[in-house]
Amino acid sequence: MEELGSLFVKSIFIENMIFAYFLGMCSYLAVSKTVKTAVGLGVAVIFVLLVTIPINYFLDTYILRPGALVWLGSEYADIDLSFLSFIMFIAVIASMVQLVEMIVERFAPALYSALGIFLPLIAVNCSILGGSLFMQQKNFSNVTESIIYGLGSGIGWFLAILAIASIREKITYSNVPQSLKGLGITFIITGLMAIAFMSFSGIKL
Amino acid sequence: MAGKKEALFSKKNRKLLSDPLNDDNPITVQVLGICSALAITVQLKPAIVMSIAVLFVMIFSNVIVSLIRNLIPNRIRIIVQLIIVAALVILVDQILKAYAYDVSKELSVFVGLIITNCIIMGRLEAFALANGPWKAFLDAIGNAAGYGVILIIVAFFRELLGSGKLMGYEILGHKAKTIAESTGLYQYGYENNGFMLLSPMALITVGILIWVQRSRNQKLIEQ
Repeated sequence: MEELGSLFVKSIFIENMIFAYFLGMCSYLAVSKTVKTAVGLGVAVIFVLLVTIPINYFLDTYILRPGALVWLGSEYADIDLSFLSFIMFIAVIASMVQLVEMIVERFAPALYSALGIFLPLIAVNCSILGGSLFMQQKNFSNVTESIIYGLGSGIGWFLAILAIASIREKITYSNVPQSLKGLGITFIITGLMAIAFMSFSGIKL
Repeated sequence: MAGKKEALFSKKNRKLLSDPLNDDNPITVQVLGICSALAITVQLKPAIVMSIAVLFVMIFSNVIVSLIRNLIPNRIRIIVQLIIVAALVILVDQILKAYAYDVSKELSVFVGLIITNCIIMGRLEAFALANGPWKAFLDAIGNAAGYGVILIIVAFFRELLGSGKLMGYEILGHKAKTIAESTGLYQYGYENNGFMLLSPMALITVGILIWVQRSRNQKLIEQ
């Protein structure tokens, strides 16, 4: 139980998708002009990560890993399909995002039109594929750990985009130098936030 | 397609090559491909390898998608694009693992993440689907070059200021245990700014790059 708790906190703060690994930067920078759109996208990312990481975990454990096909018969123990990881993960992610898009369109049409093109763009959000690839590297021992990791990574991304959106809304009325306005100052603010998040790296759980 | 044939290197085509280097730079203007630009630039060598890998994938995916652009049904075009790019990236990954194993270990998941590199998908959607193969080819080279330029600049400063090396060679002198024994700049008490090697400085370095670019090129300033 403690391990799950520490995994959860680690994936939100210490191994934050944005501040430690820079995954999902493009939509992070593009959608963070207002808090409303940022929250909508953040929740969608949490949901997609929460669903795709466990599914890809099963895919990895039972099909892709070297020796994973043992359950089909012992003569398959030598097969290593891990080179197919990229294509299989991306196929799962693309289908999941299509599903999320259909659900959101049906049940929350206002959010659907507010998010516009960025909902289908979650499929190419590096944090989603990156989450699955990191999960593959981390060798979790059961599916619960992968679920916690997915949830934690999503929440970490959500916190990051929420923070930058709130700050960007506030600084529209500040004296930012002309050439820094918009993209430049956002990079520098994100850098400063990343420094702040580094303070979590010394925490032992 | 009516009208007279455009010369292979007409003015418009040359613009496809030169625009992304400055005015329409994929990283600093189009805001694409940020993730790898920040993560891979700790040292110069992986940055160069990554730029070449992205060039390769972009050229082939742009040309392939441009060639079959009239055959792809609209509903599934993202999936088709993703599959083409994923297949090319698997190829690049296997080649890297075979011929440059240590660099591929350093790049780790970021080779796979070329698939979701927004520049590739972005140019496929914005350009390759609507233009012929030769233009798509030039556009790929232009954007990959613009991406590579930024990567190399950021990696240059980070590696030089952060570890005093470039491509693994000690440029600023050798740092020994005591100042007296050190050579180069270190004998004057110079210390590496280790912070440059950490992620936050990558963000700030790119922010400063954007600042410099927009000061020199007033058109790019956001209103």
